[in-house]
Order: sequence, then structure tokens, then C-alpha cells
Amino acid sequence: MNAAVGAWIDLCAVDEVPPLGARIVQRAPGVADVAIFRAGDGRLFALEDRCPHRGGPLSQGIVAGTRVTCPLHGWTIELASGEAVAPDTGATRRFELRIEGGRVLIECAAFDLSSASAKPPPCPLSTARPKR
Amino acid sequence: MSRPRLVVVGNGMAGIRTIEELLRLAPDLYEITVFGAEPHPNYNRILLSPVLAGEQSFEDIVLNPYRWYEDNGIRLCAGKAVTRIDRARRVVVAEDGTEAVYDRLLLATGSNPFILPIPGAHLPGVITYRDIADTQRMIDAARQYRRAAVIGGGLLGLEAANGLKARGMDVTVVHVMPWLMERQLDETAGRLLQRALQARGIRFLLQTRTTELVAGESGRVCALKFCDGGTLEADLVVMAVGIRPNTELAQAAGLHCDRGIVVDDTMQTFDPRIYAVGECVAHRGVTYGLVAPLFEQAKVAANHLAHFGIGRYAGSVTSTKLKVTGIDLFSAGNFMGGEGCEEIVLSDPNAGVYKKLVVKDDRLVGACLYGDTVDGSWYFKLLRTGRSVADIRDHLMFGEPNLGDAGHMGQNKALAMSDADEVCGCNGVTKGAIVRAIRAQKLCTLEEVRKCTKASSSCGSCTGLVEQLLIATAGADYSAPPKAKPMCGCTDSTHAEVRQAIRELELLSIPQVFERLNWRTPNGCATCRPAINYYLISTWPKRAQDDPQSRFINERAHANIQKDGTFSVVPRMWGGETNAAELRRIADVVEKYKIPTVKVTGGQRIDLLGVKKEDLPAVWRDLGMPSGHAYAKALRTVKTCVGSEWCRFGTQDSTHMGKALERALWRMYAPHKVKLAVSGCPRNCAEAGIKDVGVIGVDSGWEIYVAGNGGIKTEVAQFLVKVKTAEEVLEYAGAFLQLYREEGWYLERTVHFVQRVGLEYVKKRILDDAANRRALWERLQFSLADEPDPWHESERAGVDLRQFRPVAPASFEVPA
Repeated sequence: MNAAVGAWIDLCAVDEVPPLGARIVQRAPGVADVAIFRAGDGRLFALEDRCPHRGGPLSQGIVAGTRVTCPLHGWTIELASGEAVAPDTGATRRFELRIEGGRVLIECAAFDLSSASAKPPPCPLSTARPKR
Repeated sequence: MSRPRLVVVGNGMAGIRTIEELLRLAPDLYEITVFGAEPHPNYNRILLSPVLAGEQSFEDIVLNPYRWYEDNGIRLCAGKAVTRIDRARRVVVAEDGTEAVYDRLLLATGSNPFILPIPGAHLPGVITYRDIADTQRMIDAARQYRRAAVIGGGLLGLEAANGLKARGMDVTVVHVMPWLMERQLDETAGRLLQRALQARGIRFLLQTRTTELVAGESGRVCALKFCDGGTLEADLVVMAVGIRPNTELAQAAGLHCDRGIVVDDTMQTFDPRIYAVGECVAHRGVTYGLVAPLFEQAKVAANHLAHFGIGRYAGSVTSTKLKVTGIDLFSAGNFMGGEGCEEIVLSDPNAGVYKKLVVKDDRLVGACLYGDTVDGSWYFKLLRTGRSVADIRDHLMFGEPNLGDAGHMGQNKALAMSDADEVCGCNGVTKGAIVRAIRAQKLCTLEEVRKCTKASSSCGSCTGLVEQLLIATAGADYSAPPKAKPMCGCTDSTHAEVRQAIRELELLSIPQVFERLNWRTPNGCATCRPAINYYLISTWPKRAQDDPQSRFINERAHANIQKDGTFSVVPRMWGGETNAAELRRIADVVEKYKIPTVKVTGGQRIDLLGVKKEDLPAVWRDLGMPSGHAYAKALRTVKTCVGSEWCRFGTQDSTHMGKALERALWRMYAPHKVKLAVSGCPRNCAEAGIKDVGVIGVDSGWEIYVAGNGGIKTEVAQFLVKVKTAEEVLEYAGAFLQLYREEGWYLERTVHFVQRVGLEYVKKRILDDAANRRALWERLQFSLADEPDPWHESERAGVDLRQFRPVAPASFEVPA
């Protein structure tokens, strides 16, 4: 990849992430996206857009305080740690963000695809399976 | 600055529950000291009977271990009975001289067993049944002696008798009254209970008054004498003839007492620094000996101790359940009936089933169930809410129609299921897993069971079964939910209270609601925000601003999310009719956007599944059809049969009627999804009998049915009215839906709304009051007038289009 270790990647302006909402950053086909959240207190967080439960897109959930509720089955995830709120257990990967001059920067590790999770498989597997 | 000091006298269930509630509200407000007369941490007194019967151990019933006190910084003085309160110096003094100064004092001294004032009442071998020490004495006696007598055939006495019998003693119950548990059961149920206990080998002497206890040579009790001259030999006598509020300490301190320590609705005594909760209390002249009221009191006391000052205790209606394994009985309210009461009775003595419901002025006022107590919690709910039962009277006896039809193998009695049987088909939770969780984690409420096991947390079909398991495992005392359930963990306000506040205080935004109703969380949660958002826009149409971030993703993206994160798109087809041009456009869209699945829905429309979120705006544009709102808590479809235009049986033009309804009602948001159907004749090919509003054409007009449901629990819609013209159909159906929109609770389907308020009420508002009907219909039309189609007027509809565009990093190229 083209970013050196410790480098930061400029994503977007802070106000492009809606309050109590999220935006996604696509990385590569078949690879889980990165979700950028704006919490209730205005802070920004980045998580791999994949619920530890069944891979639901957390970016599509409802944000309240510093948590997001997954739209598929209602697991709640801490934005700061990526960990599921009890009694559920599990965690999704989190990434460091930095705010500079009104811009959102993400650690370049977020784009290291060797450690990235896969997207959940597309629903009708019959049509998605590669032809032999 | 040092914190104010709170001293609690009484380490039992009421006192500690108050502390738990207080810690939740204001964790660091007080420096807390707890005095308990017993040398134990707080334990579950209700479960002493299973301990006596050998089904559980003392360790099992501890509620808050010593560790809990340490973790919360509470000083516990266990085994130190408080002997004096010095109100002038604000100090309590224990028997060993330990003192504690208080700024606030909470009295939770409980009650004492009543001792019959007869000769020999204090002999060795004569005991009461109240605490761990009593229970241990009984267990020890059962090892050493053979003959036991229990004086008192009430709840406690019978549980003691059952336990002693289970430990191998010969047990006789001596009771003054003509039948057992006369304060909870009528004579028939009392006899059934007696028969069941006799079958276990317990003997009974009814209508027998004990006059003396006689000592043997060793000085220990050896016999009972009765007023009819009879005697009974016994080496152990358990006195279980009632309890008395323990007011000794309070009285000595000069606090006003009358049967119990007198408190007001905030649980405050006559000394404003002193609060009291639990069995020691007299509230509005009533004392309570069951746990559910104590918990309600604890909540109120904690609220005031935390300086929130908004809770009021208004008294409790109580229910009773005997904790004797294998015997099911339940009673609540006025189960004896009397002047002005009617009784509905089902009696099947051979099967050991007896149920009596007492109705007064169309309201359930009492219930007495023996053998089959499955519906106890439902009757209790009806009793406490005081809902009219006129419309459900004919099936009242057969229990709550709340259990779903599918997903639990047709079972409706949890106790008949084996441990391996699946209760919750959505989450794969077995009966055994639920029971184990309730026991091991000491779960008390349905919400807790849902949280810990996931059972009944998805579709809810098995909720009734889970409640049954909760009652059977934890006891009915626990299962009783608080009178009115708060909306979610962020608040104590109920749905009804929030709706009322929004209307009366003219609240127009979610932050205003949070502020006025003292929300505990800054932005609410995924449960309360969507509800409040709906309440705001339905109460103040054209005024309250919709908040898309408080909507579930489907309503935010105007499409249905699928499990792989793609979406499905259902365009609107008025009345289920389409044409070549629409079908051609749909076909083109499917090919252009490589949509993997095209499916015909049950609502006579076409569903395009697997659309990428980025493609949604273009798909909508290319389809050129209105939004079908298949993703919303809103009007979905109006299903129709072909009707009189084509059908040789049709009596009315149902397709035309359906289209007119759909055009009048589309874009209508509601507490939950709304489905309609119109059939052109009583053959009812459009299945109008299971819709929120079903319309059936007959030769002379239209019949309107409401509150049907084809989902989790199939519910046949109920007849509302017959009208002549299509205009009337619109007005009546519209008025019904507006009533539901204004008074329904979020996520409550019409069937549940009508079950809650009663069909009689709906008829009163819509049929009997023409002006109100027209006003409702007009308000609905006002709400819907000029509402934008979110697919084609995104700006006016407030759709944030940024969500359809991923962020593109400026200094990074996404690899292809």
C-alpha cells in the first residue's frame, strides 16, 4: 500500500459526518468497509463496519451517546472500544482518528488489507459464486 | 466536603432494594450504613420455603453477597439489631453499642410473626417461620423428631408443612377457619388444595382452635390441646398465624404508627428525615406482606432519597402464589365476589382445575385459579389496569390471546415442555436454558430474561411462555411488572406519559422531550428515539421537525436492509394493479443495476432484492414509480381482489375501492406498519379478515373490520361497522387509523392497540360520535396533505443523500 507506517490518511471534512450518524469508507471489493461515526458529544470514532454478531453494517445503526445499535439484530457496540455491550460479547476492530484543521484523518493501518475482515457474503450465494 | 449519611435499619429485601434503586439514580450521593439483625447478607426471604423443602440451599438464595456491600462502599453491620433511635441527636444505637449518625434514615424493619397468646407458646420446640434461623431450626428438628404440628393454614403455614413433610416428618396442619388459605382462596379452591396436600400425606384439622401447648417431661413441647377437648401429640410446633409490622423501634422513637409506621405517598414518615419501606409500613391505612408492593415502595423512596422528588406510591394490588412444587394456585383482588359482582367459573375437579373470575361493572376485580395458573399474570394485568372486559368476556376464561402461533411447536403450556424443548424459535433458546438463567442469575423480570438469554427478544411470539417460566421458577411475586412500564432504560416515563407530555406541553423536538421529562441519557437510545420521533410528528404534523437520525435505517434510507447490507426496493402499485410500461421499467432496472432477486410479495407488489445502497437513488429515478413504503412503520399495501369489474361473483368494485383507500392513505406513518385489504364479496379473496383494516363488499354496501393480524399470532379482524358508500368507507377507515395514530404506542399493532383500549372504546369514538369521527378523518387528511414522496422529492422529505455516497479519502485511491 502507498502509506508509510505511522502516516495518516485524510478522509473528509468533520462536518461531512452527520451528528449522531455515520459515513462509510470503502476499501476494496469483498473487504469490510470502515465506518466513521459522530457520537452524541461530537467526537468521531472509526470502526470496521462489521458487527461482531453476524457482520451487520454498524454504520447503518442508530447512534446514541457513544454507542451504536446494529440494524440487523440490535447488538449495541461501544464506539470507543468496538466492544459489544453486555450481555453480548465480541468486538469489532477500531481505528485511530485524528482531527486536524477541520479534517478527519485515519491511521493508515485502516487500509492494510492483509488484516481487514471480509464483507459478509452476498445473500443469494448461487449467483455470487465465481464461475469455474 | 463530606457526603450526607444515610443509615438503613433492616438488611432485608425492602431496605436493600431501596439502596439498589438509589445507587442506580445517584451512586455517590450518600455514605451508607446498613444495620441488620440477622448475621447474614441480604437474602431472598420468599425462597425460604424451597430451602426448607430441600430444593435450594441458603447459598442459592443470597441476593447481595458481602462483596456487593464492599464494592458499593456500604458499611454493613450484620447481626446487630438496632435498639434505639435518638432523633434529637440523629443517631441510631445497636444492641452492642454501635452508633451511627444519620442525615437521612430509612426504616425497613419488616414484620414479626404473631405468637398466639396461649399457655405454652414459648416452650422449647415451639417456633415461628420467618428467617434463616427459624428455617434451620425446622431442618434440625426434622432430623431429630417425627411429629410436627403447624398452626395456621395460610400461605406460610402450608409451605412450612410441605417442607417438613418433604423432610420426612408426620405433619398435621391445625387451622381455625373452615378451609385453607381463606384470605387467598374461595372454598372450592381451598378444598382442592387440601386434597392435593392430603395426597402428599399431610393431615388437616380444620375449624380447630388451639388453646394450649403442653410440655413433656423434658420440658419440650409434646402436645396441643384444642377447644373441643381434643389433643394432638407433637415434638415440633410451628406457629404461622400471621405477621405484625415491626414498629417497636419507630414507636419508641416517637414516630406516628398505626398498625405500621405511617408514611405518605413519598414513603416519608412524620419525621422528614426518616423514610420507611416494606412490611413495617402503613400506607393509606394498608400494610403489605408480599414483595411486589415493597419493590414499588423501594423505587419511590429511592427517588426521593436521590433528590429527584418525582415518584409517588399510590398503593398496590397484590397477587399470591403458593411456593409448593407441583401445586399451582394463584389469586388476586376480590376473589370472593359479593354484592354487585358476577362470577365466571370453570370447574373440572377430576382434572384438578378450578378457575373463578369475578367481574364487577364490566371490570375484572378478582381471580382465583387452581391447577392451571398460566393466565394469572394476564388476569392480574387486567385487574390492575381496570380495562373494560365487556368485549372479551366470552373468551376471558380461556386466557390471553398473546401467545404466537408458530415457532414453539404449538406448545402453550411451558410447564408441559421438557428442558430440551425450544421455547424461542428465533434465537434457539430451550426451556432448560431459560430456567437455568433465571435461577443462576436471579432474574426477576421479562426484560432481564430477554437480555440474558435472548428468549422472546426477537419476534416476541413466545413471550407468554417465557413469562410462564418466570412465574414458575422465580415465583409470581417477581413476575408482576411495575404498574406502568417505562419506555426504556433511559427514563421512568411510560409511552402514555410521553405522548401526554408532548401534547399538553406542546413539545416539538426530541431534546425538548428529554429535558422536560428528565431523560437519564443525553441522546436516548435506539428504543426511545424512534418512538419519540413518531410521537412528535404524529402529534404536531407540519410543525414538529422529523429527525432522520432517530429513525431505523429502513426509514432513513427508504429501503429495507438485508442481511448482507444490501437493500430491497418495493415500488407502489396502487391496489395491486400494474401495467406494461411499469413492468418494462422494472425489468430494465433489474438488468441495469444487476439486481439478483425479483420476488412477488404477499401484498401484491414486486420486490427487488439485493440493491446496493449507492444505487438506491438511481433505481428510484429509473423506476419512476412512487415509494411503496415497504420499509416503514406506515401504510404498506391495500390488497384487493379483482372485484365486480371482472369477477362473476363480485358484488362491489373492490379494486377501485382499494385504490381510492391507498391514494388517500399512502405516506401515512403510524405506530407500526399498517396493511389494508378490500374484497368484493364475502368469499374474501383479498384476505381482509387478517388486516389492520379489512373491507368486504356486500350487495348493499361495505363491511369494515379492524385490528386483524396475519403475523406472529393470527388474529381475525373484528367487525366495526357496515356502511353504504365508498366515501363512508374512507371516512370510517381513516378515522379508525387516525385514532390509532394518535393514541397507539410505538410498535403497537392495531390488534394490540384495540386489545388494550377495547373495541367498545373504538366504537364509542368512531361510531357513536359522528363529529369526532369527522374530526379524526380531517386531522388525518391534514397530516397527509402535500406530504412528499421520499423517493422523488428527497429534499422536501429531508432525505440525507450523503448517506448514499461513501467517503472518498483525499490522499488515497481505492483499489479497483
